[in-house]
Amino acid sequence: MPPPLTEMLNYILRRLGAGLLLLAVVTAVTFWIFFVLPKWAGVTPRGMAALYVGKAPTPEALDATVERLGLDQPVVVQFFNFVKDLIFGTEYVFGRETVECAAPCLGYSFTTNSPVLEQLLSRLPVTVSLALGAAVIWLIGGVAVGVLSAVRKGSLFDRLAMGTALVGVSLPIYFTGLLALAFVVHSWKLLPVPRYVPLAEDPGAWFTAMILPWITLAFLHAAQYARQTRAGMLEVLGEDYIRTARAKGLSERKVIFKHALRPALTPILTIFGLDVGLVLGGAVLTEKVFSLKGIGAYAIDAIIGKDLPVVLGVTLLGAVFIVICNLVVDLLYPLVDPRVRIAA
Amino acid sequence: MRKRTLGFVALGAAASIFLSACGGDSGSGDSASGAAFDQGSTEIVNASETTGGTLRYAISSDFDSTDPGDTYYAFSWNFSRYYARTLLAFAPAPGQESTELVTDLAAGMPEPNDDFTEWTVKIQEGLKYEDGSAITAQDIKYAIARSNYNGGELPNGPRYFESHLDQEPFNVYETDDPLAAFTAVETPDDHTLVFHLKESFSEFPYVLTQPQTAPVPVDADRGALYKENVLSSGPYKFDGSYEPGVKLDLVRNENWDGATDPIRTALPDEITVEIGVDQDEIDQRLVNGEIDVDLSGNGVGPTMKSQLITDEAAQANLDNPYSGALRYVNIHTPVIEDVACRQAIMYAADRDSLHRAWGGDSGGDIATNLLPPTLDGSDPESDLYPSEDNKGDLEAAQAKLEECGEDDGFSTNIAVRDGRPNDIATAEALQEALKRVNIEAEIQTFPAEDFFAQYAGSQDYVRENDIGLSVSGWGPDWATGYGFAYKITAGDAIQETGNYNTAELDDPEVNELWEEALRTEAPDERANLYEQIDTLVMEQAAILPVVFDRSMFYRSDELTNVYYSAAYMMYDFMALGVDRG
Repeated sequence: MPPPLTEMLNYILRRLGAGLLLLAVVTAVTFWIFFVLPKWAGVTPRGMAALYVGKAPTPEALDATVERLGLDQPVVVQFFNFVKDLIFGTEYVFGRETVECAAPCLGYSFTTNSPVLEQLLSRLPVTVSLALGAAVIWLIGGVAVGVLSAVRKGSLFDRLAMGTALVGVSLPIYFTGLLALAFVVHSWKLLPVPRYVPLAEDPGAWFTAMILPWITLAFLHAAQYARQTRAGMLEVLGEDYIRTARAKGLSERKVIFKHALRPALTPILTIFGLDVGLVLGGAVLTEKVFSLKGIGAYAIDAIIGKDLPVVLGVTLLGAVFIVICNLVVDLLYPLVDPRVRIAA
Repeated sequence: MRKRTLGFVALGAAASIFLSACGGDSGSGDSASGAAFDQGSTEIVNASETTGGTLRYAISSDFDSTDPGDTYYAFSWNFSRYYARTLLAFAPAPGQESTELVTDLAAGMPEPNDDFTEWTVKIQEGLKYEDGSAITAQDIKYAIARSNYNGGELPNGPRYFESHLDQEPFNVYETDDPLAAFTAVETPDDHTLVFHLKESFSEFPYVLTQPQTAPVPVDADRGALYKENVLSSGPYKFDGSYEPGVKLDLVRNENWDGATDPIRTALPDEITVEIGVDQDEIDQRLVNGEIDVDLSGNGVGPTMKSQLITDEAAQANLDNPYSGALRYVNIHTPVIEDVACRQAIMYAADRDSLHRAWGGDSGGDIATNLLPPTLDGSDPESDLYPSEDNKGDLEAAQAKLEECGEDDGFSTNIAVRDGRPNDIATAEALQEALKRVNIEAEIQTFPAEDFFAQYAGSQDYVRENDIGLSVSGWGPDWATGYGFAYKITAGDAIQETGNYNTAELDDPEVNELWEEALRTEAPDERANLYEQIDTLVMEQAAILPVVFDRSMFYRSDELTNVYYSAAYMMYDFMALGVDRG
């Protein structure tokens, strides 16, 4: 029996509250890492400002940058200002122009002076395209291979599939990705150089640009899912109720898909939620290898450039995705496995 | 069915590994343009007047800024000329000829007064922006003001105007009438600019080649946001907005008049820049003809370079010019104070192994002096610390150690940028060489992005952490002794942090020669002074030269009018066209 609506709402609100707390902690820790650690290493505000003022800056330029970015203010004050701007929005002055940064204002990049939220939103379709496409492949592919391996335990297929899965788990993206690019794109010319095109603009070009990154990213994850599904299935297939289902004369398909797979999927769903959340927060290596301008590529550039507003924006967005994906997964548990009930 | 699929996967994997082991083919046959190795360094390759097509650039990093008033990257100075015309320019010619000055917006070369403290320039009439409005001298005056007097709003560009103009500090963005406040530049009419300098500066015309002289009307200025869509004065304009980290597209500016422009061919119809592409991927696309130019102008990366130099078929597509840069080791004078101790390091260095660490002949030539061979005043034959086969003179080094009272050697640290294999190999080679005279140098790596801001270029950090040596590199702002060496050797250039006179050389004799050079009109007399400065810096042993760097450029067959510009230390972007036929 599904939980009452109020019970469900109560649960969702509590989870969202916990999510907000998590976001506050993540923001505070990021601030701390960014400001306090360099201070411990003896870096002065001028030293930090020198990162954003190009080659051979004058002392005046350094001081102006320290003031403009507020680098001489206590960390607590900077943190308070960031949270205030995030909730209420603020205004920025560029030259003689005043620009409104509406809530949730994530500020402007230290290095490019572009609005962080706008940049994140413009890059989000790339990352969402990558994450969801790859997730579909790795989920379907990984689970299918895992089920077949479990059903045909010890067969040639099982051994090959698990061997391939081991390879998939072991090989990093920057290896498989570069190999795929080198052969599929550059040598064999089976696919064009991946250049992201919005889905709405040209679905065909969008698909051909994304298929290689999808497969590469999915290969890594699918391997893990196949091994996990196989292990779960083997465990479930040994349960008494499976034997009972078979004794009742149910078809093997029904036994496998209705009675064995559903409970085996529960742990898969847990890691799926986390994985999708993580990839949505930025598939750094995949985006870098395939030169996709998504959140991950934005994040890595910001980290290298010590661009605090961008680092904070990406971190917060990643945390939001993790919170949402986990919540969705929790809500899906009862649908996948009727034995699970949401506790108020 | 599934078994068959798996079979294909296995076959594909096996084929990949086999092909990978065999090594890839560069994909290039003989150069379709009939060019030879390094021909683009001194001649125009694939000359053509074919117009049309899209010229495709890619880069792994990004512009420091697309705003001409806020940029200091060499490639950005070269590229910004598509949409930003400057008062003067470098000659559109291959090799050394490209370092000569010509006019761009200016109607003639600047006229100095007797002591080089006042310069007058007239600009052409009838020049227009992309919106059809007239370009005036006041716009150029304002562009210079906003680029140098902006309260940190535009922090990236050089500060030559601020250093040399006779101007009280002010901020254009906090002044009601910035043109009136900027008294160091007068505009007696719409087509004349008069620059008033604090003191003599004979090389001032070179400063007028910088993108900061590209006109900006006061009303068009959006401060740090101006880079999103720069008002074009050149043959191309922004197609939509510049997207940092993603792309920049340019299309033709219909209001540009080629008859007024002596340096731009404007052959392609469109220009695209893909930003944030991995360097190895850029190199692969370049060789495959999937892009036309690596925007960074640094040449191919080490992976592709090692493939290309052994690929006979690719030789005709390669150029290997001097990059114009010197790779060197700073010997920090406040840490190793005694000049004899510094000279011991100069004698003990094994230049041959340092050269090999930098990639051997294709990486550059052994450097024994300060000024690169492409500059007037350079004498690459001079060597104050000679040794047999460039292996180092250990006896002379030991004698110098005794002279500075360190008979048993001493210990110090070498700072080096992380993620730069050549720099690290240089530090290791130097460390080994110094061990031979009991100078123990411990290598310390630091993040490349913070290297000058927080470590080797921070006076406090260097002193507190005994950083006696640091591996570095430098290229000229313009191709003269001053444009190259002032910032790394003049006492005035020393900064508390972000310091590029990293050795902190503050020698009165060197400083006096710099001042004299700025008062000297004749280029050959200035060259003579630069040569003296070079010798003094070597005597002071503040800089250990390693190599005069060479770049390895891959020249696409589809690219037309390709030649190396010594002024920008890369191909002259303004001449390039494409011919896909």
